[in-house]
Amino acid sequence: MKQWLCYYWRLLWRPAATISLGVLVLGGFIAGIIFWGGFNTAMEATNTEQFCVSCHEMRDNVFEELKGTVHYSNSSGVRATCSDCHVPHEWTDKVARKMEASKEVWGWLFGTINTPEKFEAKRRELAEREWARLEANDSLECRNCHEFESMDFTRQSPRAAEAHSTALAGGEATCIDCHKGIAHELPDMSGVHNR
Amino acid sequence: MKSFITTVTLLVLTVLAMGVAAEKTTDAPRPDGLRGAGYSATPAAPPIAGVTDRKGREERNYPEQPPVIPHSIDGYQLDKRFNQCLDCHSRSASPESGAPMVSITHFMDRNKQVLAAVSPDRYFCTQCHVPQTDVDPLVENQFETVDEVLRRLAEDGDGQGGAE
Repeated sequence: MKQWLCYYWRLLWRPAATISLGVLVLGGFIAGIIFWGGFNTAMEATNTEQFCVSCHEMRDNVFEELKGTVHYSNSSGVRATCSDCHVPHEWTDKVARKMEASKEVWGWLFGTINTPEKFEAKRRELAEREWARLEANDSLECRNCHEFESMDFTRQSPRAAEAHSTALAGGEATCIDCHKGIAHELPDMSGVHNR
Repeated sequence: MKSFITTVTLLVLTVLAMGVAAEKTTDAPRPDGLRGAGYSATPAAPPIAGVTDRKGREERNYPEQPPVIPHSIDGYQLDKRFNQCLDCHSRSASPESGAPMVSITHFMDRNKQVLAAVSPDRYFCTQCHVPQTDVDPLVENQFETVDEVLRRLAEDGDGQGGAE
């Protein structure tokens, strides 16, 4: 075993005797493209609605709840799917979120929420985690589509205009402070101050 | 052989006749009801009536009428976990939201004992309170508001009269 390892180690570090530098550089370049492209393609594949609902935990609970909301089906035909709200769009943040998601893989392997009862028991905890995340990043995923600068207060209801032009404009509140439960059903909300 | 062919032909004819008969019975004449089509037909669903958003509150047609909801409640969560109506109409939220507070009667249980929070038997708002749409009634009715009843009684001369 040791001999075998040493052989490959030496092979890897010995200068190439027969292959030209051009082939090595070009080969490395092409391999780089393939690996990098493959990595990003694979990561994007985990961002699709199809991938998310391939687990019954997502398909039967949260996805069913999303279907009834305006973010899934509306008159203009624009849909915000799972990753639009739950995964950051910037590359670095996205990779960080994907690493955090390894916990979700763990949960899937060990069936943390694999029955409706288990999911219901964890609903508040899971919701609180998302509220905290959106509060920390100033509702970044909401703002990817809903821009404050583009809001016309005169076309909003008086109460909405009032809240948006004061608390939201001043930065005391962010979207998620008031708009909880817009894409999924809310958990038991006892003790939650919703604004 | 000949009798066999006759039997088969008769059988086929019988089956065909049954089919025709069956088709006739399912294609019953169009009834003059609300359905608007025969039993076998699948009529198109009527368009979903849009809920009218009205500013302010609606007048009640009689004093005990549960106030109607003057706004859309599309997508409102109203279940064991959460009551979205109370987000604005609760005792604590109503001053800030400007929405009318849940009536004091809703804090009483069935024995008229006043509770600290909305009584569980009054929790599901839409059992009595409903949003409004602008549609023609499917069935004509002779409903009169309490004002109309009083006016008619006053005109007839045999009611309590006087009241508007």
